[in-house]
Amino acid sequence: MEGNQQLRRQLAAMRQSLFDQGYLDEQFIQLEELQDDANPSFVEEVVTLYYRDSARLITSIDQALEKSPLDFNKLDGHMHQFKGSSSSIGAKKVKAESTQFREYCKAGNGEGSRRTFQQLKKEYATLKKKLEAYFQLARQAGPMETASGRK
Amino acid sequence: MSGGSSSLGNVSRISALIVDDDPVIRKLHSAMLKSLGIQFQLAVNGKEAVDLYRSGANIHIVFMDMEMPVMNGMEATKELRAMGVSSIIVGVSSRCSDEEREEFISAGLDHCYAKPLTVAKIKSLLEGIKY
Repeated sequence: MEGNQQLRRQLAAMRQSLFDQGYLDEQFIQLEELQDDANPSFVEEVVTLYYRDSARLITSIDQALEKSPLDFNKLDGHMHQFKGSSSSIGAKKVKAESTQFREYCKAGNGEGSRRTFQQLKKEYATLKKKLEAYFQLARQAGPMETASGRK
Repeated sequence: MSGGSSSLGNVSRISALIVDDDPVIRKLHSAMLKSLGIQFQLAVNGKEAVDLYRSGANIHIVFMDMEMPVMNGMEATKELRAMGVSSIIVGVSSRCSDEEREEFISAGLDHCYAKPLTVAKIKSLLEGIKY
């Protein structure tokens, strides 16, 4: 159906822009490669799990940043975990901010850490909104071929 | 469930263990093993992995995260080797420094890779497993 084809074109364009604008990297394609008829919502499930699980790390870091003096080892430990999860879904900008945060922690720079964390939370929230819109459109468009060519 | 590639032989007889406290990584690596037709179990920390072996689990290959609460990957690997476990143990870590990687390997790993793994990497690790 023509309407469906248009939705699929919109979906493909939305997906491409997420890569072009640097929100996602090639790790996201690894997730898509694992999606098939037996696991038709795999990518959305993994992303949902990521946001659910990483929320506690965000809270822990927020709380740790309110303490004085800052425990940079603890902060770095939380961010190491957060960065690992973010990398596994291909969250490119979030991962970059995580790396920057860890640099500031290693340098014992509290102001830099706080500033970077605010930026990280913005990127994290922006990606969440974009992916929610993407998955909503994907559901409307129905099953389609993934990057690997499998449905 | 796919039966895996012919180069892996009868893959349904291979059993794996994924040890990671990150549920996203567990889900990702589970899906990769499932796509290859490999049976697997999950553990959320090193202690659960050791307990599985103590209870008699027969596992061919372990994918062991480095940093976990309760018992980390290094401690768990040392413990398993001390118990006489000869399974392939693959360290999976997001720690980048050579020193940290070498320390993990010296605990008794057969291999160490950055996380997350890929299907291709897992496949190459599974080839040649005797079961």
